[in-house]
Parts: sequence; structure tokens; C-alpha cells
Amino acid sequence: MTEMIKRFGPGLGGFFIALVALWIIGMVLAPNLMMLNFSLKPMLFPNDIGGPKDVYTVENYTALFGDRVHRAIFLKTVWGSGLVMLATLAITYPLAFWMAKVATIRGARAMLIALIIPFWINEVLRTLAWFIILSFNGPLNAFLLSIGLIDAPVRWQGDFGVLAGMVYAYILFMLFPIYNSISTLETAQLEAAKNLGASTWRIHRRIVIPHAKAGIATGCVFTFMLAAGSYVAPALLGSPGSRWFTEIIYNWFFEGGNWNRGAAYALVLLVLCMAVVMVTLKIFRVNLADVAK
Amino acid sequence: MSHSVELIDVEQAFGDVKAVHHFSAHIAGGEFFSILGPSGCGKTTLLRLIAGFTEPTAGRVLIGDKDMAGIPADRRPTAMIFQSLALFPLMPVWENIAFGLEARGVPKAQRRKRAEELLELIALPGYGTRMVHELSGGQRQRVAIARALAVEPQVLLLDEPLSALDLKLRQHMRAELRALQKRTGVTFIYITHDQSEALAMSDRVAVMNAGVLQQIATPQELYANPATPFTARFVGETNGIIGTVRGLEAGLATLTTAEGRFTGRAGAGLEDGERASIFIRPEAMALSRIALPNSLSARAVSLEYEGASAMLRAVSEHGQELLATVPNRQLGEAPQAGEQIWLSFQPEEALILSEKGAAA
Ligand SMILES: Nc1ncnc2c1ncn2[C@@H]1O[C@H](COP(=O)(O)OP(=O)(O)OP(=O)(O)O)[C@@H](O)[C@H]1O
Ligand SMILES: [Mg+2]
Repeated sequence: MTEMIKRFGPGLGGFFIALVALWIIGMVLAPNLMMLNFSLKPMLFPNDIGGPKDVYTVENYTALFGDRVHRAIFLKTVWGSGLVMLATLAITYPLAFWMAKVATIRGARAMLIALIIPFWINEVLRTLAWFIILSFNGPLNAFLLSIGLIDAPVRWQGDFGVLAGMVYAYILFMLFPIYNSISTLETAQLEAAKNLGASTWRIHRRIVIPHAKAGIATGCVFTFMLAAGSYVAPALLGSPGSRWFTEIIYNWFFEGGNWNRGAAYALVLLVLCMAVVMVTLKIFRVNLADVAK
Repeated sequence: MSHSVELIDVEQAFGDVKAVHHFSAHIAGGEFFSILGPSGCGKTTLLRLIAGFTEPTAGRVLIGDKDMAGIPADRRPTAMIFQSLALFPLMPVWENIAFGLEARGVPKAQRRKRAEELLELIALPGYGTRMVHELSGGQRQRVAIARALAVEPQVLLLDEPLSALDLKLRQHMRAELRALQKRTGVTFIYITHDQSEALAMSDRVAVMNAGVLQQIATPQELYANPATPFTARFVGETNGIIGTVRGLEAGLATLTTAEGRFTGRAGAGLEDGERASIFIRPEAMALSRIALPNSLSARAVSLEYEGASAMLRAVSEHGQELLATVPNRQLGEAPQAGEQIWLSFQPEEALILSEKGAAA
């Protein structure tokens, strides 16, 4: 902060700082504090507000864990997001390694373009494409039937559809940080390890992954948070049996009309995401400053 | 005795660029063998062929009389020390050294013990738990060597490992490397573009230019009897004057040049009438104030004092630059800049080499 003032002078520097403060207070802190306030109050008719029933309570939170269905959906969202994160990592890591260390520059560039172009289309349309591919009478089933891999069409939509749609939607958020960190690894180190007799698995475990761990942690955190907060993929590609927690929150706000309950649920999701960030960083033993690099 | 390395007509092409042409050499077990050549001449490429990072486009590589075709880098009895060292920065020094043993499934306690022994060997006892970035350049160098030696290779491949060090440390490490090689008996294949380094350390030196092998010889032989004009110019200082061969007799040849007629030893395969150059080492040049047989007239340009002797730079009337070593005891008679002098030499101390097929 003192550096800002040194660089831009007290007038301009102070102005920038004030802008940032305004942003944080006005756009981040205030709405969340209002949500917190909402979540700690019961839902009341307008004429009860300010009356004797308008007291602070935690019943919106206890309701979440008291309701069997909601609790199950919440837990499923947690582990489902974890699964999306792991699946994305499993697909992306080899791809990122290939792009950074194996492919020619042209190959890597072509791959990057092929991955980025679909992201010019908006998320809803991209997800709709998956909806079409995975539908019961859709091309995937037709293809698998024609090559004789399945005897009857499979209902892909549901858990599988949500997983596939999300992995696809968030792959770049995982790819970029991992690719970036692997490309800074000196190739001679890989050759040295191989020259000393290390297997591919050992080279990755001892050299590549430790080097790329900040990138891996960043990608995992991004993907988990995006998955947990995702709405489009579960809404389009899911089935009644694969409901996502965001859909419940949406319902409280816009269909159930219970903003207080919705606020409580949303805050639980927020806390969950923050906890995952902290735990992931702890596991990978990186700090937030490394992630920002 | 450690393994020998045999290169038979090895060739490496990258697309249509040939980085190594028909390279053949036999490197004996336990030999300190250097490959010397200017930057970009294919030295690293050759070393990577031996290590197994690339397969030659033609020819064969034999290590310990075993054909290495199809055997990948992790299963060859070689260890390489990279131009950049390529130490693992996220592991402490001892894990770096023991990495090859870890890959071979040696239990931790044993690995640790072996690492400590090697740290003794490279005179860094107690440095095992340091991180790589906490070491000096010379210490890193030694750790890289220990890491390669830990796997008990038959052949150690060194790619200009001293190039990043300052002169003092480089000279010190040369002696250390040489001693280490003697002590371990491992075959060393050492790459360098520094001719004094190659001459000082090696049993034999291979000189390479633009992917083509020029000569394999002992350092003394290389200096006294270079086989090609390139080697003559690249190894040590020399005076080279181009001309045409006019007469060959009893191992001596006469060359007519713009500077006059000179007699010198004829190099192998020299033919009458062809383009050739005569090479005279600066220390073979004698300084005089009168014309002698085999002498060049020149004007002194400068005298650089080098301690044990001084280097006289002169230029002939036709613009040929000349070098002559002036011993200390003759410094009193050394010419002033601009003074007209004569430089002469004995025919046995000059070598005439064909310029055929060689870029002048
Ligand atoms: N992977 C590659 N693809 C194409 N050309 C290459 C490749 N590797 C090396 N070359 C070319 O082969 C030639 C020899 O390269 P090499 O690295 O063996 O040189 P070097 O003798 O080790 O040089 P230096 O002393 O500068 O390290 C160079 O002209 C280089 O451009
Ligand atoms: Mg090189």
C-alpha cells in the first residue's frame, strides 16, 4: 500500500485504494453480511418484521441438516464436486504434461486452440450440446449401439451427464495452471532422472508433480469451487435423482420464496468452498501467495 | 575395468540437417576421452546418442561390446552430467545424490549411507541436508558428479560441466575431475569447446568440426601433428599461410605463397600442385633483423607480456597476421612497434596440410 502511494503520489494512490476498498466493502462484504443477516432470521410476513417474532435464530441452518433430502443433496454435491475435480485432474494432467514437455510447439498450439475455441460459445449452449449428445435417442447411444458395445440405449443423463458436462466445462481452469507450472520445469531434469534409471511413474511422483504442485492446487481449487457452484450443467444434464445443491438454493430464492432459508444454504456452500480451499492448500503445502503466482 | 565405448559410423540427422556425419571412434575402458569442437558442431548430439536419449539415424553404438540399439536411456550403463547440471531443486542434496539408488529400489538407510560416502568423496561432508540453492556453483558441480557416480556407471558422460564456472574454479575442478577419474577408473567422455581444458585433462581428444570428425589423438600428438587445417587452427595458436605445393621430397614439401617460398614437413596425403597451408606454432618462430632461409618479413605491431614469455604480434607486407613467442631472455632485443623484422622457422617445425575439402 505504501508502495502504491509512493508510485502514484498520495492523491492518485489514495484514490486507487479507496476504489479497491469501495469494491470490497460494497460488492463483497456488504451483500454477504446482508445474506448472513437474512440467514439468521426466520421467514416472516412483512407485517411481522420488526415485531416480537423478528429474532435471531439458527433454525435455517439446522433445517438443512435436519432435512434428510437436503442433507443428502448437500453431501452429494460435496463429493460430486470432489469427483469432478479428480476426474478433471486425471484427464488434464497427462494432457498438460504432453503439451508442455512432449508435443512440438505446433502440436501444443493446435491442441490449445482446439480446447479454447469451444469456449467462445456460451456455457448454456455448450451444455446443450452435451444434452443433445447424451440424450436417450442421441448420437452417443446410436454410435454405441451401431458398434455393438451396448444392446439397449443407456440413460446417460443424470449423474454421468452432470459429471461429463462439468469436466468439460472446467477443463481449461485446470489445464492452464498445470500447463503453466509444468512448462517452467527444466526438461534436462526429466532427462537426468531418466538417465539415472527412474521409471515414468517415479519421474512424475518425484520431479514433475512436486514442481507443478502449486498449479495443481490452483486448478483443483478452481474446479471444485466452480463445480460446487455450478447450476447449468446439473439443471440441463441431470435427472431428478442427481439434483445439485445450487438447485435447492435457487428454489428457495425464486420458487419457495424463502430468502432466509436460501441465504443460509448459500452461506453453507460458501463456507464449504472456503474450507476446501484451505484444506487443499494445506494438503499441497502451498500458500495463497504461491497460487497467485 | 570399466566398459569401452565404440562408435561405428554414427550419423545423426535432424530433418535435413546432419548434426553428426559418419563418426567412428573406439574409446577404451577407463580412458579419459574428450570431444573438442566449436559451438554447434554436434558435441551434445553425440553425447546424447551415447546416453540413449536419441537413436542414431545410422550407425551403431556399442558400450562394453554390447549393441545399444533399442536400449533406452534408463537402461544403459551410462550417467550423464548435463551442461546445465539439472540438479533437482526440490530435494535436499543427499536425495539428489541418492536418486539413482532410489530408482533402483535401494532401502532408505542404505541410500543415506551411500550419499554420505559420496559426499566425503567430493569433499562436501555434512552438506547432505542442504538444498541445492544453498550451494555455490562449484559445490553444485560436485553434487552433480556425485549424483552420476552414485549409480556406479561404467561410462560417465560430461557435457561441458565446467563452462559455468569462473576461471580459478574451473582450473581447480579440472584437476579434481582428473583425479576422480583416476580413482574410480570409470570411462569419462568429456565434451568441451575449450582446447586448453581438453589438452590438460584427456588421455585422447577427438576434434570435431561441423559434425565431422577431424582427428583422434593424444594431446601432444594433436598439438604437434594436427591432421587437418581445422585442427591446426583450433588447437593452440598457430600461423597459417595458404599457398600451392611445388615439390615434395623426403617428407618435406615446398609451398609457394604470397609471402614467399617455404619448406616444411608434408602432412599425410599431401599431393604436388594442390592448395595447402603451412602451419607454424608461435614458439617455433625465431626473430631476426636479417633475412634467413624460410623467413617472412613483417612489421611488429604489439608485444603482449604473458609472464613466462611474451607474444609478438606482427603483420606481413601482404597483410598476413603473424604471431611469435618471445622468450623472456630475449625480451631485451624485442622489436618496437612499427619496426621491420624477419620471422624464420626450421622446416621440421612447420607442417604443410592439404586444404582440399576443408573450408579455409
Ligand atoms: N533437436 C534438434 N533439432 C534440430 N536441430 C538440432 C537439434 N539439436 C541440435 N540441433 C542442431 O545440431 C547441431 C549440433 O548441436 P549440438 O547441440 O550437438 O551442438 P554442440 O556442439 O553441443 O554446441 P555447444 O557447444 O554450443 O553446446 C546444431 O547446429 C543444432 O542447431
Ligand atoms: Mg552442447
